[in-house]
Amino acid sequence: MRAFEYASPTTKEQAVALLNNQWGETEVLAGGMDLLSLMKDDVTRPGRVINIKEIKELHGLQYSPSTGLRIGALVTLQELLENETVRKEYPSLAQAAEGVTSPQIRDLGTVGGDLCQRPRCWYFRGGFGLLAQDSSGKSLVLEGENKYHAILGNSGPAYFVNPSSLAPALIALGAKIRLFGPKGARDVAAGQFFVTPKTNQEREYALKTNEIVTELLVPPTGGARNATYEVRQKEALDWPLAAAAVSLKMSGKNVTSARIVLGHVAPVPWPVPDAEKFLAGKTVSEQVAQDTGGAAVTGAKRLSQNGYKVQLARVAVKRAILRAAEGGA
Amino acid sequence: MPGKMRVETTVNGEAVEFLCEPRQSLLECLRDILSLTGTKEGCNDGNCGACTVIMDGRIVTSCLVLGVEAEGSQITTIEGIAGAGRLHPIQQAFLEGAALQCGICTPGFIVAAKALLDENPNPSEHEIRLWLANNLCRCTGYDKIVRAVQSAAAI
Ligand SMILES: Cc1cc2nc3c(=O)[nH]c(=O)nc-3n(C[C@H](O)[C@H](O)[C@H](O)COP(=O)(O)OP(=O)(O)OC[C@H]3O[C@@H](n4cnc5c(N)ncnc54)[C@H](O)[C@@H]3O)c2cc1C
Ligand code: FES
Ligand code: FES
Repeated sequence: MRAFEYASPTTKEQAVALLNNQWGETEVLAGGMDLLSLMKDDVTRPGRVINIKEIKELHGLQYSPSTGLRIGALVTLQELLENETVRKEYPSLAQAAEGVTSPQIRDLGTVGGDLCQRPRCWYFRGGFGLLAQDSSGKSLVLEGENKYHAILGNSGPAYFVNPSSLAPALIALGAKIRLFGPKGARDVAAGQFFVTPKTNQEREYALKTNEIVTELLVPPTGGARNATYEVRQKEALDWPLAAAAVSLKMSGKNVTSARIVLGHVAPVPWPVPDAEKFLAGKTVSEQVAQDTGGAAVTGAKRLSQNGYKVQLARVAVKRAILRAAEGGA
Repeated sequence: MPGKMRVETTVNGEAVEFLCEPRQSLLECLRDILSLTGTKEGCNDGNCGACTVIMDGRIVTSCLVLGVEAEGSQITTIEGIAGAGRLHPIQQAFLEGAALQCGICTPGFIVAAKALLDENPNPSEHEIRLWLANNLCRCTGYDKIVRAVQSAAAI
């Protein structure tokens, strides 16, 4: 790792004052499960690293039935999945956190870091830039090794997939992400937080260079049943190949309205409004769940090696719906 | 060039103090500064678990923790697992069950397994395998490792 200056502020005001206005010159350190790898691989070379773990107000998790759940940005994946309220009211979040099958990573990795982790695209990690292009600007992904790349939202120039396991569930639950910068706090809908970059200089989220994520605000479910289903290559230690998070308002077995968001298939978590409309008004059955999965992937465009992901995304939707309908919350 | 920082921490029950650069990982600090070379480096990016140590009661991959982040914490490494003159039951079980070949993964497995058994003295085979999911072994095929943890749990 290259040398850097280390700061460990105790307030969020101090933290954002230490960030500057150029991406990569300063970086925020939470659990470090992603940032330190990026620095070792020279993908980012900050002159200053700001450890935010000493900021007390970014820790902790509170729930009230009237306002919902507040998750501090520094809550670890382990704390999230062990929380009784989360398991009962928001099983989709607990299931997503549980999918990160490493106790070592769940104990240090934070929810803020999960949302802001950088794509795992091997070209990006190998130093070819966020958009994975050669020196002439041509995509390395299209004719290269693309079996883990996007099947949706992949008209370019970005082909990576958003790596966050929590993001689809947060969007399906209608969460907001609270950001803090020199001008104070602002809230962004989780669905608006992720953006598809057009250049290598941009980032794939709506943070400004001198802002941090301070907390996630998840509204009460109003009885909506929610679930996440991830398809992985193996049960252990890997990012999902495809995932779906759903939140279903139901009356009996009948779905009155649905939110369905795919993960790991597009440069941003991918809501599928056509599938949501298809499911609304129907009674959940295996066939209906399967057909909803079909509706979710109608716009998919396979690259040379990743056609299998279309089927995985379809299955993820089907199983997430069945899991939500069976489960409680 | 940013200078060295002073870190005060507790390793295997002993208060220690060392100087390190912010860019040095806890793994490097343990091995290169404190000469505790039992903790191993495999991948250096969080994937293999060879560098697993216990920090404030939780297992962490020390290659993804900065040495300066250890300030004020309690760390247990493989050197702190055995009792005075006596192997820990997990170490004994690894030895007797031949749960290692080249051995580079072994300290990480033993530290991770100890944290598991401290919390859950009677884990199922599936729980053991899931808990050890972030610890890779290229030699043994895992079976003997899982058996060793089971037999240590039975003691
Ligand atoms: C082997 C392995 C397997 C993994 N598997 C999965 C998986 O299946 N699913 C999954 O989702 N993740 C997975 N991860 C990633 C890991 O879970 C997440 O990266 C973790 O939650 C990140 O949290 P962190 O606190 O360690 O982030 P850090 O590494 O500290 O930060 C990650 C990025 O986010 C920025 N950041 C962090 N917190 C904030 C904040 N509050 N405000 C602004 N910016 C911030 C940092 O600057 C950095 O760019 C895996 C990681 C490893 C090493
Ligand atoms: S060396 Fe730390 S996980 Fe491999
Ligand atoms: S014994 Fe060689 S890697 Fe495990």
